[in-house]
Amino acid sequence: MTNPEPPVSPARRTRAASTQLDFLRRMLGQPKAIVGLVVLAVFFLVAIFAPLIAPVDPSRYVGRPHEFPSAAHWLGTTGQGQDVFAQLVWGARVSLFIGFSVGALTTLLGLVVGMIAGYMPGVIDGLLNMFTNVFLLIPGLPLLITLASFLPPGTVTVILVLTFTGWAWPARVFRSQVLSLREKDFVSASVVGGEGLMRIVFVEILPNMLSLVVSSFFGAVTYAIASDAGLAFLGFENVNTVSWGTMLYWASNSSALLQEAWWTFLPPGLCIALVAFATTMLIYAMDEVTNPRLRSEKEIDRVLRKYHVTAKRSTPVARKPLA
Amino acid sequence: MSPQNAPRPSPASPSPDVPLLDVRDLRVEYLTRRGPVRAVDGVSLAIRPGEVVGLAGESGSGKSTIAHAVLRILRPPALITSGQVLFRERDTLDMDDAELEQFRWQSIAIVFQSAMNALNPVLRVREQLTDVMLHHGVPKNEAAARAVRLFDLVGIDPARLDAYPHQLSGGMRQRAVIAIALALNPDLLIMDEPTTALDVVVQKDILQQLARLRRELGFSVLFITHDLSLLVEFSDRIAIMYAGEIVERAPARELFERPLHPYTLGLMNSFPSVSGPKIKLSGIPGSPPDLAAPPTGCRFHPRCPRALPLCAQSTPLTKTVSTGHTVACHLV
Repeated sequence: MTNPEPPVSPARRTRAASTQLDFLRRMLGQPKAIVGLVVLAVFFLVAIFAPLIAPVDPSRYVGRPHEFPSAAHWLGTTGQGQDVFAQLVWGARVSLFIGFSVGALTTLLGLVVGMIAGYMPGVIDGLLNMFTNVFLLIPGLPLLITLASFLPPGTVTVILVLTFTGWAWPARVFRSQVLSLREKDFVSASVVGGEGLMRIVFVEILPNMLSLVVSSFFGAVTYAIASDAGLAFLGFENVNTVSWGTMLYWASNSSALLQEAWWTFLPPGLCIALVAFATTMLIYAMDEVTNPRLRSEKEIDRVLRKYHVTAKRSTPVARKPLA
Repeated sequence: MSPQNAPRPSPASPSPDVPLLDVRDLRVEYLTRRGPVRAVDGVSLAIRPGEVVGLAGESGSGKSTIAHAVLRILRPPALITSGQVLFRERDTLDMDDAELEQFRWQSIAIVFQSAMNALNPVLRVREQLTDVMLHHGVPKNEAAARAVRLFDLVGIDPARLDAYPHQLSGGMRQRAVIAIALALNPDLLIMDEPTTALDVVVQKDILQQLARLRRELGFSVLFITHDLSLLVEFSDRIAIMYAGEIVERAPARELFERPLHPYTLGLMNSFPSVSGPKIKLSGIPGSPPDLAAPPTGCRFHPRCPRALPLCAQSTPLTKTVSTGHTVACHLV
């Protein structure tokens, strides 16, 4: 059990504010959330303060190819003789930027399409849903590659391409959620109350699925960072920008694997995995906080153990005195 | 109704004093973050074969918790911390999951509060009715035949067996739920506020039907409600619960003619009588206590119009005032 919460006078703050604070506090009480947040925070700080952390220009040739990690080059040098550590630090900027902007854009686009489709049965839903299905059916990677090879290479292109191919899944998920929320009585009540369509969809329904939206945002971030790395690795990005993906591209290009220059490909790979890990942890934590059943089960088991009881399908019976 | 179940004494037959269900000193707690909340605190209750026992009290007094604890269907954080629930001298609190699975429905069936939620909306009523029989080993054709008979018994046209729940009216749904409860010919039927969602006319109808069924089939009933007026005609004995304890119990008629606990009086004054003289309904001021920190002394004293200083200090003992009539109040 966590420490008892400090008493607050209910009169001094509104109910909404109190539930928001409560939500934050519960979120921060989750080890998973803390791990996720800390990892993400570290990466963001590194990205923001890249010029201070790694003053070396990541594209400059500073040493011989494939130099082993040393005091001068903490993570050695690439096959081109660039500083791996500097690339990693500066690469975080591009990779995180792409990841989070694609996450936000796909979620936003998915929300607009999914919510309107879900709330407007008939022709509009039919059309939007058809579009969504088409995008779900098109194999993602070939479309990515096709688009990426026709558009001028650059970060903005990558973001647009990934958003274009990634919005359909969240749209589908949101639509189905709206379909079920639409039938709730509170929606009927607001229809009778004369609220407009946009208000019903975005003020009445949307807050009810906020946890889903946030989870899907973090899911999209992971998808974007991984796909970005994939595209770059295949050489469909501007290989002169420094990102974790282009680092992998160059590592493969200069046959780092054959040279056993693990320091060139392991760090960017690990960073991608770490970000994915952190966002996943946040999704789990979010789930446990917004779904009280998941949250309390562990707590209950812990309390039951004090009574020498384990939870089964039937109501437990405590026969022994308290531990 | 079927040869498949163990024979049981017919309602009129011997040993009416050996209870069918004997709940002794049952204590059920909900383990919350603020510590255990005692929803049922040392309740004893016996139901004899063929008897209808009413259990009344406000929302949150623990009456449904008792019903669900007897069947062991409460999920953690609920925990039974003491007591015995003897059914034909077998303690259900000692049964494991497998035994309970056979025991439930076969021996004690329950009609849940809301018929709409008790029925699965995507299955036909027939399937839901036969499901429970098949699960307990009734052969398929026998189950099908019994489904028709059960619908006849509860007064629905068996043609409606193939309806989905939403195609039935509220009253029909509740009847269908009762039919499912009776499918295995249980010895005891627990009815957990079975008619709260129904209008008075349908309510009356169903209760009359139930009384008739009970006479024909001979099962006992534990009837849980907050509406005391329902219990008068329908039950043999009534127990009144407040804040997890039984505060008064008496034969039905006696309780209505001579209610002794101020809470019982309050409950009775909360409902209008259809046929009796016009009286002003008084209700009970305040709301039920927080069971994580129940009031000292008599739990009802903060709301009691006749509380004495003594009531806040000491817990009243349960006194027997006449045969079968007990009350826990300092004023008696």
